[in-house]
Amino acid sequence: MTSNNKKKWLSAPYALWSAVFIIIPLCMIFYYGLTDKTGAFTLDNIVAITTVGHAKALRLSILLSLACTLVCFLLAYPLAMILANKKGNKHQFIILVFILPMWMNFLLRTLAWQTLLEKNGVINNVLTFLGIPNIKIINTPAAIVLGMVYNFLPFMVLPLYNALSKIDENVINAARDLGAGAVYTFIRITLPLSVPGIISGITMVFVPALTTFVISALLGGSKLLLIGDVIEQEFTRASNWHLGSGLSIVLMVFILFNMILSAVFDKDGEGSML
Amino acid sequence: MPKELIHLNNLSKSFDGQMVLDELNLKIHENEFVTLLGPSGCGKTTTLRILGGFAVPDAGQVIFDGKDITHVPPNLRPLNTVFQKYALFTHMTIAENIAFGLKIKKKSKAYIQDKIKYALKLVNLEGYGNRMPDSLSGGQQQRIAIARAIVNEPKVLLLDEPLGALDLKLRQEMQYELIRMKNELGITFVYVTHDQEEALTMSDTIVVMNQGYIQQIGSPESIYNEPENAFVADFIGDSNIIPATMVEDKLVSILGFRFPCVDTGFGRNRPVDVVIRPEDVELVAPSEGTLQGVVSHLIFKGVHYEMEVMAGGFEWLVHSTVLHPVGEEVGIRVDPFNIQIMNKPESEDEEAVAIDI
Amino acid sequence: MTNALKKIYIGLIIFFLYAPIGTLMVLSFNASKARTKWGGFTFKWYAALFENEEILSALFNTMLIALLSALAATLIGTVACIAMTGMKRRTKSIMMGITNIPMLNAEIVTGISLMLLYISLGIKFGIGTILLSHITFNIPYVILSVMPRMKQLNPSTYEAALDLGASHTTAFFKVVLPDLTPGILSGFLMAFTMSLDDFIITHFTKGIGVDTLSTKIYTEVKKGIKPEMYALSTIIFVTVLALLLLVNLSPEKKEQK
Repeated sequence: MTSNNKKKWLSAPYALWSAVFIIIPLCMIFYYGLTDKTGAFTLDNIVAITTVGHAKALRLSILLSLACTLVCFLLAYPLAMILANKKGNKHQFIILVFILPMWMNFLLRTLAWQTLLEKNGVINNVLTFLGIPNIKIINTPAAIVLGMVYNFLPFMVLPLYNALSKIDENVINAARDLGAGAVYTFIRITLPLSVPGIISGITMVFVPALTTFVISALLGGSKLLLIGDVIEQEFTRASNWHLGSGLSIVLMVFILFNMILSAVFDKDGEGSML
Repeated sequence: MPKELIHLNNLSKSFDGQMVLDELNLKIHENEFVTLLGPSGCGKTTTLRILGGFAVPDAGQVIFDGKDITHVPPNLRPLNTVFQKYALFTHMTIAENIAFGLKIKKKSKAYIQDKIKYALKLVNLEGYGNRMPDSLSGGQQQRIAIARAIVNEPKVLLLDEPLGALDLKLRQEMQYELIRMKNELGITFVYVTHDQEEALTMSDTIVVMNQGYIQQIGSPESIYNEPENAFVADFIGDSNIIPATMVEDKLVSILGFRFPCVDTGFGRNRPVDVVIRPEDVELVAPSEGTLQGVVSHLIFKGVHYEMEVMAGGFEWLVHSTVLHPVGEEVGIRVDPFNIQIMNKPESEDEEAVAIDI
Repeated sequence: MTNALKKIYIGLIIFFLYAPIGTLMVLSFNASKARTKWGGFTFKWYAALFENEEILSALFNTMLIALLSALAATLIGTVACIAMTGMKRRTKSIMMGITNIPMLNAEIVTGISLMLLYISLGIKFGIGTILLSHITFNIPYVILSVMPRMKQLNPSTYEAALDLGASHTTAFFKVVLPDLTPGILSGFLMAFTMSLDDFIITHFTKGIGVDTLSTKIYTEVKKGIKPEMYALSTIIFVTVLALLLLVNLSPEKKEQK
């Protein structure tokens, strides 16, 4: 199109917006994280991650978010394969099925798992009725992982589906034609070709799982603290923005690593969400 | 005739209630270059997919070398396919692509290395082994797809419109390449295309298909010179297809004018179609022609002039190296050998499709 | 896998996604206030809902913010997409990189970073700050929906319109915009949904006394959720479900013709 100068001017509102509301706020975190209350430079807020309580919370967060990512991957891959193999465009259907629950508030949906999982909850009532021993999952790390998987599964399914449905059916046929069995074809062809989707799915699930603070509060009871809970408390209850910012900087190291990973593997946005 | 290798016996296949193949029968021989030719939706690709094992027929059998392989999965069939748009493994190098089938067969490293070298030489891409597929041009990717298939020494190579995505010049070059490769390998090629020129250039046998039926099987010459019905005549090359009446053996009335011909056995006064190729229409002085007409259009085509002559109420397409300007009165003559008599199409459907194309 | 197994698997996943929603719907008709006891069927929470000023005002705030932030994000995002097509590759990839930050960054980090911004600028916390924050995290959704459409756009159609005598403005509104519309619409819907469902960022950028449904529910968690909230959620969910079915079933009929 011709009027490129006019177009450059069109980018001004968004450029300004992202500077004020994306770039500057991130700089603010670094400013607060690297200063103390008097405004003097310090690394104390970042080193604070090594204190027993904080380190424990971070360790638990990493552990649970890795578990959540793994479970999401194992659940989503077969689903994405089934949907990608179906004739016709299933994209609309998938968006519908996964976006629709968002219209019921995320806190309420997570809270509903409490009702389902509790000692006298729905699931245990059903199990008792069937004569099967009850499960004790509420207020355990397992319940938190379940809540995470429930909330973040769509972020794994969509990129996997996008990557898998882009594989030319004839490429799979070619492998079979050259003598490969179903399993060999999956390992050597389907899996490697879906790597952009896998990486994108992992980054999309791992970051929110690592940094969540509500899910743990709702399903994990008050004793299990994740790093997100710690940061949230520093901001809302303790009002120690400097410490909270410092811990956030530690989190951002993980996030940055994730961003780089997805940038390297997903250059063309092949495994993207939408 | 060499030994029969493949027998497609009464194959039928439908998708969503739409008949794609209807009791198709075809025999393919050893070392034959067979081309399945027809418009899109004629069933040629489905036939190839059934041969490769990617589709199972609703009825009928695929007999290979005397054994029924209808339900054998593709990985256990002794044939290999060159797919439309290449279907190379983009995450592997060229060498890894070619080695794929050999590794599954657990061949030794040295054997695989030798084969890769041989195959790359055969397709004129020596030294490309470490490149990635995306870095090659379309024509080169096509050659790799062929190399990847033939290293497995299949008895039959199936090719699904392999040249469809290439430009004209490259396509013509690859046609000669394919003939050379086939002669070098000494195996059977089953080739699917909608391009009649490709079919005529390369094949030993052409199978013309339309709407799930075989219209005619024959050598390129017989398909071109003696089309059995209007569909074949129209699909292969330019032609004048004129409704006519068979007066008696060796005499046909075209547009009310009597032409001697060589065909017999059509009965007396039967309506037929005649096919006359444009290069077989001779333009002579009006007094010497069987009928007279006026040149209405003239285009210079390089090797010849293409003219349209209005004569007897029909627009005759004529190819000639002699120029006759528009408006000139000419006589039309046709050698008896060049008049091809065909039965009228059996169904209206067939005719409708023929006109479409 | 056989077809039956595939269907069962899809069914199980859908059950997993919708079981909590079903639970909430059942609870909205539960006469007992306890979450795990069935006290008989009742409509009383639905009646009570319309007298609960706090919930209704939170609902109003939520809808207002979702609508305004989605509209603003759609406008800014679409204009940005158009601007980006004319950019050099490098500038464009920097812009797209920045666009991806709110998508890939943790919500808690986005939330506190905006909170710190408002504090240092001395902006008073309230509906305004929530709105600014929601626009910020909504823009990427719009850009990511519109951009693929933009790439599919055939530049020749725009030039053809100019060639046929249309002005730049006419060509844009008559030829380019209609092609982008599906992307813009789905971007808007995504943005609206995301805004509606957001808790974390709102939590950090709202002022005292201002609540959206999410933050209202969060404060209620400790005291016990009021069943009116279940009733409201059920109404919203069923309405959206009905609308979506209506929209998605009608074009299918056309295609089948």
